[in-house]
This record gives sequence, structure tokens and C-alpha cells, in this order.
Amino acid sequence: MIKAVMMMNTQGKPRLAKFYDFFTVEKQQELIRGVFSVLCSRPENISNFLEIDSLFGPDSWLVYKHYATLYFVLVFDGSENELAMLDLIQVLVETLDKCFSNVCELDIVFNYSKMHTVLDEIVFGGQVLETSSTEVMKAVEDISKLEAASNAVSLVPKSVSRWRGR
Amino acid sequence: MEQLKTIGRELAMGSQGGFGQSKEFLDLVKSIGEARSKAEEDRIVLSEIDILKRKLLEPDIPKRKMKEYIIRLVYIEMLGHDASFGYIHAVKMTHDDNLLLKRTGYLAVTLFLNEDHDLIILIVNTIQKDLRSDNYLVVCAALNAICRLINEETIPAVLPQVVDLLNHQKEAVRKKAIMALHRFHRKSPSSVSHLISNFRKRLCDNDPGVMGATLCPLFDLISEDVASYKDLVSSFVSILKQVTERRLPKSYDYHQMPAPFIQIKLLKIMALLGSGDKSASEIMYMVLGDLFRKCDSSTNIGNAILYECIRCISCIIPSPKLLEAAADAISKFLKSDSHNLKYMGIDGLGRLIKISPDIAEQHQLAVIDCLEDPDDTLKRKTFELLYKMTKSSNVEVIVDRMIDYMISINDNHYKTEIASRCVELAEQFAPSNQWFIQIMNKVFEHAGDLVNIKVAHNLMRLIAEGFGEDDDDADSKLRLSAVESYLQIISEPKLPSLFLQVISWVLGEYGTADGKYSASYISGKLCDVADAYSSDETVKGYAVSALMKIYAFEIASGRKVDVLPECQSLIEELLASHSTDLQQRAYELQALLALDARAVESILPLDASCEDIEVDKDLSFLNGYIQQAIESGAQPYISERERSGMLETTDYHSQDHHEVPPHALRFEAYERPKPSSVPTQASTELVPVPEPSYYSEAHQPISTSSVSERESSEIKLRLDGVKQKWGRPSYQSSTSASSTPPQAENGTSSHPDVGVGSSSLKPRSSYESKKPEIDPEKQRLAASLFGGSSSSRSDRKSSSGGHKPAKGTASKPPKENPIPVQPPPDLLDFGEPTATSVTATDPFKELEGLMDSSSQDGGSTDVMGLYSDAAPVTTTTSVDSLLSELSDSSKGNPGTYQSQTSKGPNSKEALEKDALVRQMGVNPTSQNPTLFKDLLG
Repeated sequence: MIKAVMMMNTQGKPRLAKFYDFFTVEKQQELIRGVFSVLCSRPENISNFLEIDSLFGPDSWLVYKHYATLYFVLVFDGSENELAMLDLIQVLVETLDKCFSNVCELDIVFNYSKMHTVLDEIVFGGQVLETSSTEVMKAVEDISKLEAASNAVSLVPKSVSRWRGR
Repeated sequence: MEQLKTIGRELAMGSQGGFGQSKEFLDLVKSIGEARSKAEEDRIVLSEIDILKRKLLEPDIPKRKMKEYIIRLVYIEMLGHDASFGYIHAVKMTHDDNLLLKRTGYLAVTLFLNEDHDLIILIVNTIQKDLRSDNYLVVCAALNAICRLINEETIPAVLPQVVDLLNHQKEAVRKKAIMALHRFHRKSPSSVSHLISNFRKRLCDNDPGVMGATLCPLFDLISEDVASYKDLVSSFVSILKQVTERRLPKSYDYHQMPAPFIQIKLLKIMALLGSGDKSASEIMYMVLGDLFRKCDSSTNIGNAILYECIRCISCIIPSPKLLEAAADAISKFLKSDSHNLKYMGIDGLGRLIKISPDIAEQHQLAVIDCLEDPDDTLKRKTFELLYKMTKSSNVEVIVDRMIDYMISINDNHYKTEIASRCVELAEQFAPSNQWFIQIMNKVFEHAGDLVNIKVAHNLMRLIAEGFGEDDDDADSKLRLSAVESYLQIISEPKLPSLFLQVISWVLGEYGTADGKYSASYISGKLCDVADAYSSDETVKGYAVSALMKIYAFEIASGRKVDVLPECQSLIEELLASHSTDLQQRAYELQALLALDARAVESILPLDASCEDIEVDKDLSFLNGYIQQAIESGAQPYISERERSGMLETTDYHSQDHHEVPPHALRFEAYERPKPSSVPTQASTELVPVPEPSYYSEAHQPISTSSVSERESSEIKLRLDGVKQKWGRPSYQSSTSASSTPPQAENGTSSHPDVGVGSSSLKPRSSYESKKPEIDPEKQRLAASLFGGSSSSRSDRKSSSGGHKPAKGTASKPPKENPIPVQPPPDLLDFGEPTATSVTATDPFKELEGLMDSSSQDGGSTDVMGLYSDAAPVTTTTSVDSLLSELSDSSKGNPGTYQSQTSKGPNSKEALEKDALVRQMGVNPTSQNPTLFKDLLG
């Protein structure tokens, strides 16, 4: 089971954090900080896996990937395959790339709720739900369309946002 | 250019509002992004919280604005600030009909609330309604929320709807409904136990996504109960076959692999089903073999599948062909440049080594490279592998390596783990006591505060009991070596408390034993310890007790004792200590100094820490006195249980009850007068005699005697435990060694000390291709790690023999044959199954009694029980007067008559020690008492 998904930038600022078990706000911050301090002390070009029992309790593993200014982090237990988790990050990033065309940190910062929508399509309640990025994109687009439609009824229509044009 | 692009993007978003977001939110995000310090960020967020609090109080907030606020709240909470003042608004938003607002509301509540939050009750109704919605996106949003917000009590409220959704026309809904059910199953298996068949049904869903999702709950179910899913083995195998034959839609391909995540999940399930089941395993051989052939090892995901296959093979009963394929895959991983793949290779090796132990040999150099790797994760994994393959022939190298690594890391969590592993391996495979003590010293020195206290007690016990046989000479050598090593270490600054306790105890017990060190020298050292660690009461207590022992031995041997001035001042300081324990010890020490040699010798006899104390539980020595008292008209003792079941819980051991009339109901009128006293009956009448009267005297002794019976049997148990042995003595005959005797000396002299293994080895990347150039150091390390070959074994043996005498610690078994060493080139023949040569004497036999850690623990509690039982005796004045004729010095020292009444010689001190153990066990300052429970139990 996946325990948490995090994205943070290289300064340690959380950009997105989702925990699949409940933690208090303070504990979440502690975990984010703990993960960051571990990550930033790791040199380049070494493995992407970490045993992280000290933060998340026994049988906790962490896979991370470093893209430009962002760390993508998955924390999970022993029932998952480490390499596959690494590829799940890849799926997430590929999907985001399709969403935002050439995704960068700013896209993630400014599209906070959309990020959650995408993530919810991939990981659901701690289990990997969907791993085909086209399927995820389809679902996300459906949601956006419907939201836009319902938006148009109740709200003053705004100019079409950038991503919807795609 | 990049900057321009981002500015443009920002502008575009600023004006258009991104995913429906306003300028204020973007400003907030931007200002936080630009904050230079955490303080500045906090200031921005706090002012934002103020603004939001104010705004949320306004009446008639437009919905669009409200959504905006909620997103800002979520953002604030992600940054670590409390947004609970706005939770209720998020809950309200879930009631909205607008899909966008509803989704935002759900998103916010799933991030804010946990399943036991008070506000959940307000959401359940909405969720119920939404699950019935026509709009599948609303249903999906509700299902999303369910996973996080429904607890055991609320499951029944939504369960029927969720089950209905399993047949929804949209596959996205079916998928999520299955996941929701899975979540319910995780939370409360009983609530969905009748619905488990649904998972089987959904496995046949025609949408591969739904089928893939079903594998998640099935994996959980199968791992709980393998037997009832055996019928699905062939289904899973055929699904996997279809997947690998690319029968799934192209959209499930990922990096040219067909549905790799589904394949991995299937392999995991197959591993569960095939474990220990020959027939199930055989069904899988075909498809596994195909996977090994087909898998594209150039992509990450291909390797993920390969790794999963290895994992699967290590679980099922594999065919030799599959094992070979797995070994090939592992060697590919290990030869790769990617650290990730090396990690996987090491992990796979660790799994397969259980099935075919010799698999590691061909990869030994790769393993050693990983050990030298700068990557910490890889290093740890490699240590885990080494831990798994430790045997008595390579334990020295491995434990040395582990300790070097332990010293180098700062992470306390992992340090604890590796320290406990060192201890475990050392206890299990130690080749000699000296080595064991050295290793323990290192562990204590560098991770002392992290080690379980039991480890320290084991070590003290080992030193005290020695080989557990008649070899007194070896015992005293062992002690001397321990004392010497401690005297060296003791002056180092900042030693861990636990280590100091061990040091103090050993110095007190054996510091002056062989006359090499004078009493004043040792006591000076002990005073230094007490001074240097004046804030640590436990250490001080140990030090004072040690001083007492040293002086006691001096007095007993008839020498004149000169108390050092610093020692005197220490005693005086402690006489006024706030700690009653230290005070008591100081008084005892002072009293002891005034006693004559005969009395002292019986209080603290030399080297008697391991003698068993026999406490006369029945207090039979009082029989005469009781007899007398009863004859002169005193009431016989009635045990508390007999007096009244509901009496207040006074200690039934207190023996002065027979003098004080019980203040409950009195039953004398019904008693037959019995001349014999209570304790004499105790030993004879164990079986309760069926008597009509509840209060008859015949019942009295039963409670006490049964207790004593039980405890005496426990003591016996403990004695049995002493005969335990070390780990399996996997030594082989030294016949092969005789084949090359002349080269022995050369080999030894030219290759010093591989065993210690501390010499730094140059990291190398290529080992297989350039075999002749391999660093001989590394080869030897490899040989000693993966050993079994005679050359490595004997090389190490003789080298260790070389350095031991230098330290004056050697106690080589006398029968040891000169062990020939083969010339270095033979080191390359690792695979050759030459017999290991080991010294003729069996080291394990000599170490008997070392390993009974468990029995010792039992023992210490035993003695504690005895102590508490016996305590009232020593304080009862009547007993005191009885015993006063035994020793005129007894008044001065409360311990004296204790040791004389009981048959065991050194009771006082051992009791004290155990009281201390108890104190420390209870003491909250002791380090993580439960941490090692499972490792050292």
C-alpha cells in the first residue's frame, strides 16, 4: 500500500502532499521535513530507494525522483515493488506533462486542485488504480468538461483557461 | 529565455485564473514562493489566516468566492498551519449541487478530516445521496471521499450503495467501487466478509482496468488465507499469459511493455499461492520462463518485472531451470551501472540465498563493491545480505565490517538496528570469548546508549561464568583480558552509561583478582568514574558497589586496606546523597570497612556472583521459635487468604501475622488445636486435602508452599539453561589442510590480518572482466566473506592468532594444530569445495553457558522475586533478635545474617545487583527497553 505522495521543491517547500493514512498537520509537516532532509543529503547518481523506518514506522520504503527543481516522493510498504513505484512516478510525471505540456514547478503550484484530481485518478486510497496515462488524461478531461459545464451555468463564464484549450 | 517563459505563464494564469483560481490565491502562492525565510513565510501565512477568518465570517459569500477561500485553506494547511476554523465551510461545500464546488468540497474534507472527526456525521448523508447520483463524476467524487472518511461505524451506511456500484456501466466507477470495498475490508474485515465473492466476480470484468484494480483486494485476501484461493492459480496464470501476449488494449502499454503493473501484481499473487505448493508452482513454470525470456531488461519497468519474477521464484518451489534464469537476471542486475539495479540484485541475492546458498559465491566481488559504495541505501541492503549469509566461518569479518559501518553513521535508528544485529551475530557465532568481549566493547563504546540492557547483563554473566567448565585457567585469562581492556578504555571521555556499568562491575569483581593490579589502582579508577559521571546515579551505584567488593576482597585476604582520600571523600559525599540507594550503598561500604576479615569474607566472597542463592522460603529456621511461641499461647499464623478473601491486600509473606491477631472475623472456635507449626507442614502437605471446613488449618500452607514450589522450580529451570550451547558448530575436518604444509608460514607472513578487515579497499567498478588485476586485498575479503575455502579460513585463523598474543589476550586452545595456509593464487578458486580447517578443539564446547541470555533474564526476575519475598525477613525485629547470636557484626551490616541464613554464599550482593537491575528496568531513563525485545528475547 502507498502511504504518502509528496512533491517538494529543492528548497524543501511542499508543493503537494497527500497521506493515505491520517496524520495530524504537525506530523505531516514533520514527515515532509524529515523526508526532505534525507533527500537533500543524498548525492546524485545513486539509487532512488530509501528505507525510511525512522519516519514512517516499520516496513516503510521511499522512492524518489528528482526532476529539475522538484522531488517526487512515494512512500509505501513492503507489498509494493520498488522499481514499479519508480515507474509510477514516471507515469505521474508523464501524465502531468500531457496535462500541462512541459510541466514545471509553477504549473504544479498554480494548479493545486487539478494536481489532486490527477493524483486521485492514479492512486486511490493507497492503491495503484490506473497506470495508463492516456486513461488518466481521459478521466481528467471528462471532469474538466463537466466542471466547466456546471461552472458555466452557475458562474459568470470566464475566459477559457489555458489547459482547456488542449 | 526560461525566465521569460515563466513570466508569461504567470501572467497568463494571473489573468485567467488557472483552474478557476483567483488573483488573490495566485498572489498568496507567489509571495510565499518569494519568501526568503521560514519566518517570513509564517508571517505571510498568518496574515492570510487572519484575512480568511474575517472573510469567512461575512454573510452571503458568493459560492465562487467560497471555493476560492477553501482552496486557500487547503494550501495553508499543506504549509503546516492550522486551518480548522474553516473545516465546516468545506463540509458545507460538499452539499452543493454544482459539480465543481462539490468536488472542491470533497477534496478539502478528504485532506482536512480523518475518519473519526466530529464533522464526518454531517457528510455521510451527502455521500449516500451522491453515490446514487446519475452523474458518474459525482459518484466518483463520493467514492473518493469514502476511502478516507468512512470508519467502521459508518461503513454499513454506505455499503449497499457501494455494492450496487460494482455493476455500474462506467468502468471508472466499478474500479473505484472495488477499491472502496477493499478499503472497507482493510478497516473492518468483518463488515464486508459476505461480499468477498464480488472480488472474484470482478476478476472477470471485461475492462482490464477493473480487473487490474481487483488484484489489489485479492492480493490482501490471499495473503490472509491462501488455501481458499488455490483454485484461482490457473486463472491468474492464464491472465498473466494473456497480458504478456499483448492481448490487452494498446493503451495499457507502458514503455512498450504490456500492462506491467498488472503483471507485477499477478506475480505477487502467484508468489503467495505457489509458496510451499509444488503443484501450484508447476503450473507457473511455463509463464515465468516466458517472462524471463521476453522481458526487456533495457527499460526500468522491464527490470521491475524481472525483479518481481525473482521474488516470485524465491517464494514458490522453483525448478532448477528457473533458478538458473533468476541467477542470470541477478548477475545482470549486479553488473549494471545503475545503483537501482544493483540494489535489486543484492536484494534478489538475499532472497535466493536461502534456496541455493552457493549462489552468492560467483557474485562476491560485486557484493564487496556494493559494500564500498558511497550509496547508503545500497550499503545497508548489502549489510542485510551479509547478515543473512553469516556463518561461523565468516562472522569475524562481517561483524567487523558492521561495526566499522556502525561507527561511521549518525542515524540513531539504523545504528540501533545494526548494533543489535552485531550483538546477535556475535552471540550466535562467536569463535572465542575474547573476540566476543572485544566486539561487545566496541558495540558498547560506540552505541552504548542504544543497546538493550540485557546485552550488558549477558556480557557480565559471560565474564563471570567464563567457559562454564572446569578450565579455571582460561577463565581467569578471559577476565584478565576483560579487565585490561576496560582499564584502557575507562579513561576515555564520554562513555555510554551502560558500558560504564559493565566496566565498574567487572573491575569490582575481578579487578584485583589475579594480583596484577593493586586495589588502590583499581579503586582510584573507580573513583574517577564516579567523579566524572557524577550526574549518573546508576553508574555511581555500580562504582560504589565495585569499591565495596574491592575492599572486601582486600580485607578478606588479610591485607591492610588504605582507603584513598578521594575514595573517602566520595563516600562522605554519598552518605549525604539525595538518592537513598546511593546513601545505602555508602553506609554499607562504610560499615564493611569496619568489619573483620571473617565476616567480610562471608558477606562478599571472591568470585561468587554466579553462585545461586538459595533462599529458605519456608523460613524453617524459625520453626523452633514459632513452636515456642505457640506453646506459650500465641495464635498460630493464618494466611491472609484463609482469613478473608476480601481483606485488604497486605503482603501475605509478612510473617509477624501470627503474633498479631487478625482483625477480621475470628474463627478460632472452629479450629482444632494443632501443635505443629505452619512452616513444617509446608513441605509435606502440597495436595489440598478435601475438608469440609474452609478455614481449617490444612489449607493454610497451600498458598505459601505452592508459591515456593513454583519458584524453586524456576530456579531449577535457570540452572538448566546454563547448559545451552553456542550456535551450530559448523566446523569441518582439517584433512585437506595437510596437503600443502610447507607454504603455511609464507602465506601467513605475507598476508597479514584479513580477519580484521579494516584495511581500506580501493573501490573498483570492473571486477569480472579484469580478473587478474583484482586487488588481492579485496579477493581475500571476498574469500573470507564467502569462504568455505580452506585458504581463506586458515589465513584468517593464523592472522588472528598473530595479533592476539600481542594484546596479551590469547588463550589459544592447547591442542591447536599448525594450520597450513595455501598460497595466494588459490584464493581465486572460490567455488572449489575444499574443506574448512578449524582448530581441533571445539570452541563451542568451551563456550557453553554463554548463550543463555533468555535463561538469565528469567533468572534475574526470579531472584527479584526471592528478594522481595525475603525482604520482610531481614527487617522483622524478631528475626533479628533470633539471629543476633549468629554474628556479633550483624548489627553493623544488614547483609551479614542474610548471607548466613541462606546457604548460597554471596546473596547480599547478588540481591543488590538484581535490585539494581530491577530499578534500571523500571527506570524511564533506560534506553528503549523494548527495542530489542524480538532480537534478543
